[in-house]
Amino acid sequence: MARKNKMQTNTVKKVLLYIKKYWAFLILSLLFAVVTVFATLYVPVLTGNVVDAILGPGNVDFPLIFKLLIQMGVIIGFTALAQWLMNVCNNKITYGVVRDIRNDAFSKIERLPLKYIDGHSHGELVSRVVADVDQFADGLLMGFTQLFTGVLTIVGTLGFMLGINVIITLVVVVITPVSLFVAAFIAKKTYHMFRRQSETRGEQTSLIDEMIGNQKVVQAFGQEEKALGRFDEINGRLAHYSLRATFFSSITNPATRFVNGLVYAGVGIAGGLAAISGMISVGQLSCFLSYANQYTKPFNEISGVVTELQNALACAARVLELIEEEPQIPDAADAAVLSEVSGNVQLKDVYFSYVPDRKLIEHFSLKVEPGQRVAIVGPTGCGKTTIINLLMRFYDVDSGAILVEGRDIRHVTRESLRENYGMVLQETWLKAGTIRENLLMGKPEATEEEMMAAAKAAHAHSFIKRLPKGYDTVIGDDGGSLSAGQKQLLCIARVMLCLPPMLILDEATSSIDTRTEMKIQNAFAAMMKGRTSFIVAHRLSTIQNADVILFMKDGKIMEQGRHEDLLAQGGQYAELYNSQFSA
Amino acid sequence: MKKLLAYLKDYKKETVLAPLFKMLEASFELLVPLVVAAMIDVGIADGDSPYVVKMGLIMVALGVVGLVCSITAQYFSAKAAVGFATKLRHSLFAHIQGLSFSEVDDIGTSTLITRMTSDINQVQSGVNLVLRLFLRSPFIVFGAMVMAFTIDVKAALIFVVAIPLLSVVVFGIMLISIPLYRKVQERLDKVLGITRENLSGVRVIRAFHREEEERQHFEAANGELTRMQNFVGRISAFMNPVTYVIVNGALIVLLYTGAIRVDAGILTQGQVVALVNYMSQILVELVKLANLIITVTKAVACGNRVQSIFEIENSQQASLAGGQAEEVQRKAADQAVPVVEFQNVSLTYKNAGDKSLSGISFTANPGETIGIIGGTGSGKTSLVHLIPRFYDATEGRVLVDGKDVKDYPISELRRKVGIVLQKAVLFQGTIRENLLWGKEDATEEELREALAVAQAAEVVAGKEEGLDAPVAQGGKNFSGGQKQRLTIARALVRKPEILILDDSASALDYATDARLRKAIREMKDSPVVFVVSQRTSSIRYADKILVLEDGEVVGMGTHDQLLESCEVYREIYDSQYQSGTDGARKPGGGGKDTVVGTASSSAKTGAEKDTKTGGEADGAKK
Repeated sequence: MARKNKMQTNTVKKVLLYIKKYWAFLILSLLFAVVTVFATLYVPVLTGNVVDAILGPGNVDFPLIFKLLIQMGVIIGFTALAQWLMNVCNNKITYGVVRDIRNDAFSKIERLPLKYIDGHSHGELVSRVVADVDQFADGLLMGFTQLFTGVLTIVGTLGFMLGINVIITLVVVVITPVSLFVAAFIAKKTYHMFRRQSETRGEQTSLIDEMIGNQKVVQAFGQEEKALGRFDEINGRLAHYSLRATFFSSITNPATRFVNGLVYAGVGIAGGLAAISGMISVGQLSCFLSYANQYTKPFNEISGVVTELQNALACAARVLELIEEEPQIPDAADAAVLSEVSGNVQLKDVYFSYVPDRKLIEHFSLKVEPGQRVAIVGPTGCGKTTIINLLMRFYDVDSGAILVEGRDIRHVTRESLRENYGMVLQETWLKAGTIRENLLMGKPEATEEEMMAAAKAAHAHSFIKRLPKGYDTVIGDDGGSLSAGQKQLLCIARVMLCLPPMLILDEATSSIDTRTEMKIQNAFAAMMKGRTSFIVAHRLSTIQNADVILFMKDGKIMEQGRHEDLLAQGGQYAELYNSQFSA
Repeated sequence: MKKLLAYLKDYKKETVLAPLFKMLEASFELLVPLVVAAMIDVGIADGDSPYVVKMGLIMVALGVVGLVCSITAQYFSAKAAVGFATKLRHSLFAHIQGLSFSEVDDIGTSTLITRMTSDINQVQSGVNLVLRLFLRSPFIVFGAMVMAFTIDVKAALIFVVAIPLLSVVVFGIMLISIPLYRKVQERLDKVLGITRENLSGVRVIRAFHREEEERQHFEAANGELTRMQNFVGRISAFMNPVTYVIVNGALIVLLYTGAIRVDAGILTQGQVVALVNYMSQILVELVKLANLIITVTKAVACGNRVQSIFEIENSQQASLAGGQAEEVQRKAADQAVPVVEFQNVSLTYKNAGDKSLSGISFTANPGETIGIIGGTGSGKTSLVHLIPRFYDATEGRVLVDGKDVKDYPISELRRKVGIVLQKAVLFQGTIRENLLWGKEDATEEELREALAVAQAAEVVAGKEEGLDAPVAQGGKNFSGGQKQRLTIARALVRKPEILILDDSASALDYATDARLRKAIREMKDSPVVFVVSQRTSSIRYADKILVLEDGEVVGMGTHDQLLESCEVYREIYDSQYQSGTDGARKPGGGGKDTVVGTASSSAKTGAEKDTKTGGEADGAKK
């Protein structure tokens, strides 16, 4: 519990740092809040005075009433203005803070090590940047508008009441905290039910995800009834918890309102008796009664706001955790810019693993001359893709070194290293935007002719032409309506446009049918000419002409050599190769 | 939203009682100012202390009764809202399950999931709030007005002017801000989209060193969002101050009128206090109402999103009713009738411009194996999906056992078909539970048999718990090859008349693939098998091979016939069997002759190998 409190305090401090930038608005907001609360509280006093000036038939002080009513009008006008400005300030602060936090979170995402991004569910990270920040904004806004004015109202009301009559004020002070106790008691009881409710909701969501996400299978096997049965079972439990959680939590309001009623009655009795004994006037009593209403209201709100704020802080903590995540090691200040790369790559005794206790790549050495083609083959999970992660410096080696042109890649800037690689991955990724934007990604300054030439070389031009708006066709998230093969062709065209000195092709043609692939191979061959290339492929066809074939298994190079040599060796590579032809 | 309210039908009692008790509570609350007025006019005026105390106790009693009423109301409204949401969720789930694939493809799975979960939750809290407060607040507002009338008609006229004015302001601001809130939501969607895109494309973005551009892109979208939020915020910030001004303006007029009426001896001081109290009660309720409106607006928006799903009708439904429930058993004598027949079939997907399939005709006779081959996007999968009626042909007819698939009850038709999809999907549970999907009452022996044919016996044998080994969600604890073999077994358990393997051996190595095909051929009552593949080795022994290109059949026949007559087929075959070193095509069927006979050794390397397509050469060197 103590630790939790400390964490909360830390989060609050960090949130305050974000708010600091908006201190001018914050001060204005506080100022307007004071004006609002004071004016709101002063109106009942004036009302009371007016009531006191209306004693009975023929006994009404009209000049005084006029004066008071004009005062009231002016104050009301100011209050309304202050209220509006306060809200505007609060919005400015809240949405500004939220924007800053989102920007920070996003720019952190751009700098996080791949290890973090690969190791976390993307949905969860997205929900931190979007949903959590939203929730935080709601809480913050509510906190600003209600907590602050609430506290001010309580303090102000107490002050005003004390100014009128001490004893009746004491009656109010004694009864009110009861509502807080009641609220706290109920909150504690409901917490358990709420947790059950959200657990069950999670269970239900995952069932929905499974069943709706794979609806083809469910329908093909006629399992709709059964799925519905499972769904109903969870749905029933959810209803059970949900009813209790909703009901218990909704008792809070009537309960505190009841306490308010008690306060009101208390003020009525005490005030009435005091009025009889002439201690206060009837106007003051009416003023007291409206205070009793105003005074207890913030208590109800505050108990709600506190839960809301706690929730908001929890959400803020999750985003802040992301923002504070250790970024990738920045480029050293003296990092060199890699230029005039001819394609000399050397791996020196490289050790690497994703998880410390599960060894993957060990004692890995390789020397690649400019223009060589290196093919990496082996069963799933043998570490093929890992090599690419290391070459591109998405991950850093644990020990050993990777050299490009004789320079350790950790001592050159990431930008210049990656600029020299052209990469086509199995997982085709396109951004939401036009085809043109996607193709020009690596070389924004390319001319129209260059772009089309690249698209033609990748055999993408003809299908792009057929799209409704050609190169300006907007494709949705992750390629949208394009087929897997078409997406891959676009990724290839993207690389064909920049033509860097080194290439990485990780299953670059896995989704393309073999006939198109054959045609692309020509373009690939032209592209690979004079360029160092690393090729990962399941289809052995793509790699038979490589200068070096690495047969990997369990992170180690088992065999190394040219296709014919390896076949002649009759080892594991030969076995893999031959297995393709047995029908 | 309106149609959804039908789901409250079973909670009529609660739906009526909750607001009723709420109003009861509100009525007691409305009595309080009258009691106060009496306290002032009688108790204080006459200096009658016991009367003051008595009135105070009446207030306490009113409070207790109010509390009881209110808790009752809360219970009923919670029950109605939760029950409503439960029913709604049930129906929506059932509805979605009943949709055909073209609809589900159209809407997208992820939005279906949010609508089932968070949207319905929003609606639930909306219903709860409406039952509790939306009647209560107007009731108090109007009740206060009515009470004011009982005190003094002329003074009450002020209420008559103030209340419509207030409603205009409250609803006006609401009407203006709802579309704006929707815009905020759209901006937020954009921010979400960019974030997701950057996570999934992190490698490409870094490879092209686009971090800075992406950041600017995000900040621009984020700035847009903030601007919109502030704009909407400024407008809805009017709500409180304006209502405040109206209520207090009315208060000033009320006091002035009150003063005149007291002066004239029509009203008493206490009655003026009561009128003032009613006015402030209205203010309190309005502030509540204004805050609630936002929540309810959201709930209505979510409700509409849910309803829009209900409004999507299954395009197949009309014809589903036409199916007769009679059991269509295939008799041995029916050998003459083809099991599957396509008659000039075309398919155009919804919202797609071009035909995905056009003019397809062929027959599949009992015991035959039909191979379907073609390039990416040539329509292979679309074709086989027509058989279990995942989609309806837009032209022509698909016949199963001589009967149009549209004339079958859908469950009946699908019971005849065992399909293994491209994406191997297992469900949370055990291996046994997954297999029983194929046939609920399958015996242990039947399961084992199916596993053996699917070459999956070793997968089960490798698990300590055997058939009862747990399967994680999405089958994460199995490799691609294992999943594929288990899904094949699942389809075989039901002993289908028609077995469809849609590229479902892609994660199997060649040897396992071959043994699988052999085992299926040797099955008792061997089904008509459709094999969809990109590799010629998987289909070359089929009785009939359909070669598809751009949705049309460009070749039909056996392997040898097609090699002679079909250029497309020859090209596909060549691309997979061309020899690498000299670029020349080896005579008599390419590489196969040279390297046959290593199946046994490769079987050891395991079926999990992701070896995809043929041992073709690097065509680049030609």
